[in-house]
Amino acid sequence: MIDPRQSLDFERPLVELENKIEELKRLAGGELLAAEIRLLERRAQRAREEIFAALTPWQKVLLSRHPLRPYAMDYVSRMCSEFIELHGDRAFRDDEAIVAGLARLRAWDNQSILLLAHQKGRGTKEAVRRNFGMPRPEGYRKARRLMDLAARFRLPIVALIDTPGAFPGIDAEERGQAEAIAKNLEVMAGLPVPIVAAVIGEGGSGGALAIGVCDRLLMLEFSVYSVISPEGCASILWKDQGKVDQAAAQMKMTAEDLKSLGVVDEVLREPPGGAHHSYDEAAMIVGDAVARHLRELSVLPQEGLLDGRYAKYRALGRFEEPRS
Amino acid sequence: MSWWSRKNKATELSSEKRSVPSGLFQMCEGCGSTLDSQLIEAAYMCCPQCGHHFTLPTEDRLRLLLDEGTAVEHDAELSPVDPLGFRDSKTYADRLSALKKKTGQRDAFRSFMGHIDGVAVSFGVFQFEFMGGSMGSVVGEKIARLYERAREHRCPAVVLSASGGARMQEGILSLMQMAKTSAALGRLRGAGLPYISVLLNPTTGGVAASFAMLGDIIIAEPGAMVGFAGPRVIEQTIRQKLPPGFQRAEFLLEHGMIDAIVPRAELKSWLATTLRLLQKQPAPPPPAASRSSSFPSLPKVSLT
Repeated sequence: MIDPRQSLDFERPLVELENKIEELKRLAGGELLAAEIRLLERRAQRAREEIFAALTPWQKVLLSRHPLRPYAMDYVSRMCSEFIELHGDRAFRDDEAIVAGLARLRAWDNQSILLLAHQKGRGTKEAVRRNFGMPRPEGYRKARRLMDLAARFRLPIVALIDTPGAFPGIDAEERGQAEAIAKNLEVMAGLPVPIVAAVIGEGGSGGALAIGVCDRLLMLEFSVYSVISPEGCASILWKDQGKVDQAAAQMKMTAEDLKSLGVVDEVLREPPGGAHHSYDEAAMIVGDAVARHLRELSVLPQEGLLDGRYAKYRALGRFEEPRS
Repeated sequence: MSWWSRKNKATELSSEKRSVPSGLFQMCEGCGSTLDSQLIEAAYMCCPQCGHHFTLPTEDRLRLLLDEGTAVEHDAELSPVDPLGFRDSKTYADRLSALKKKTGQRDAFRSFMGHIDGVAVSFGVFQFEFMGGSMGSVVGEKIARLYERAREHRCPAVVLSASGGARMQEGILSLMQMAKTSAALGRLRGAGLPYISVLLNPTTGGVAASFAMLGDIIIAEPGAMVGFAGPRVIEQTIRQKLPPGFQRAEFLLEHGMIDAIVPRAELKSWLATTLRLLQKQPAPPPPAASRSSSFPSLPKVSLT
């Protein structure tokens, strides 16, 4: 059951209905009130369809940041039969906003992968420890160290993206946030192993891209990916932080938008009501899709893989050029 | 009306102002002294008193760095489009056409093939005055091609950056230019050719977080502001005032993020010397006569 106090305004009527159904089922063992339960379920179904068919881009942003939304480790614990976390950048410290390690992907016949992920924390204490999923340079450098490891041992990389963005702080700047991100972009573009990235929540600009250069980019239906947060965009272009609705809509940052712009390869349907309604189902959906893409990529010769990745990014962008 | 009236005084003042053509004098942002504008211009927009570097117009920048008659511009005909149909208070399309009229340029970056003191380079420079030098599809494409051209001609690449970052009005496509340019740069590096990144004031956001901080050698002009997040964003995040000098070139040098700070007057010879050393090319014969100023004298050169 989902606590309605942790629900977003627009999903609350649905959550309340669902909770009522659960309660009735428990009370009556499902027998006595079967007719009423069926009626409520039909109503819940209708409400779900109506609410989710009419979601605005900003509402999708809110869903992508939902406090109950599964975070990367919720996926890893379900998608992977084994996971050995590896820590540290060997230079400064371990950044817990990024989780990385060796894993076996269940849906890919338990084969070895290197996993890279942003991890937001649940609850204040963990959220602070993980800096709300906003990495510092050492986080990106940890990722880079392990990318090199993956290249050496020919392990495919799976990246789960979920960050508000790279941390904008004095310490991060002192240690070269820009360089840390930049280097990862270059390194990932040339890594001789398949890379599949999935945006599971927030794709926050360069901070997301820094572990997200890949052969295949997948996005969960209610995840978002943008060059700047709607808040940032609204305050710069509209000079008004309140114009987040417009900013979110104008930037075309939903999964469907990115699909039509050719940036995303596949949009993954979420469980009814969103990923937070069933962690198991969400993890199954992501795991299966990642495995399917890894199967396709792992048969490619290395040169074809790298040329394909280069061509993919080389083609992104729209401009006019007169034919000469 | 008496002679000391306010109105009379105002007329007197304004007539006095008119007798001095506007822009003849300029206050230095660095040392606060009032300077003859012509002197600043003759020094390629550097303060003759304190060395403060003002913004240098692109045309002067090209005259300063590229050998006379060697520069050939590339990809000048690339034009931006409005892929998202973006609109805030104005449409992106309107902003673009207004800027084209105002600056005479189609977008915020210009690419050349040319020589720096006899060293052939694939060269590019941002035009900050075009939407804060922001990187959209055109800028990203031009930079990727610049690296590809360097690879094709087996020559070094030199890029001068001055940019607020990725261009919001092109949404995710502008973010993807970071990956695209970095990928193209990776291939240049793989081909064993040098790339020098020159950071001008300011270089931040998506440009800093991609090719600008990926130089084999990275240098900055004195005082240039360089960083990932802008100072306003950082102040909002940490709710503190930033220390003076934060994110300036000197700060970056101290923190090991750049190789050197090179004053504008020395930039051309510094680039040529370094590129020759990197490529194991012999040093050129010493110049016949020593010049009093290290700056080449202004204009006369027409760029093709």
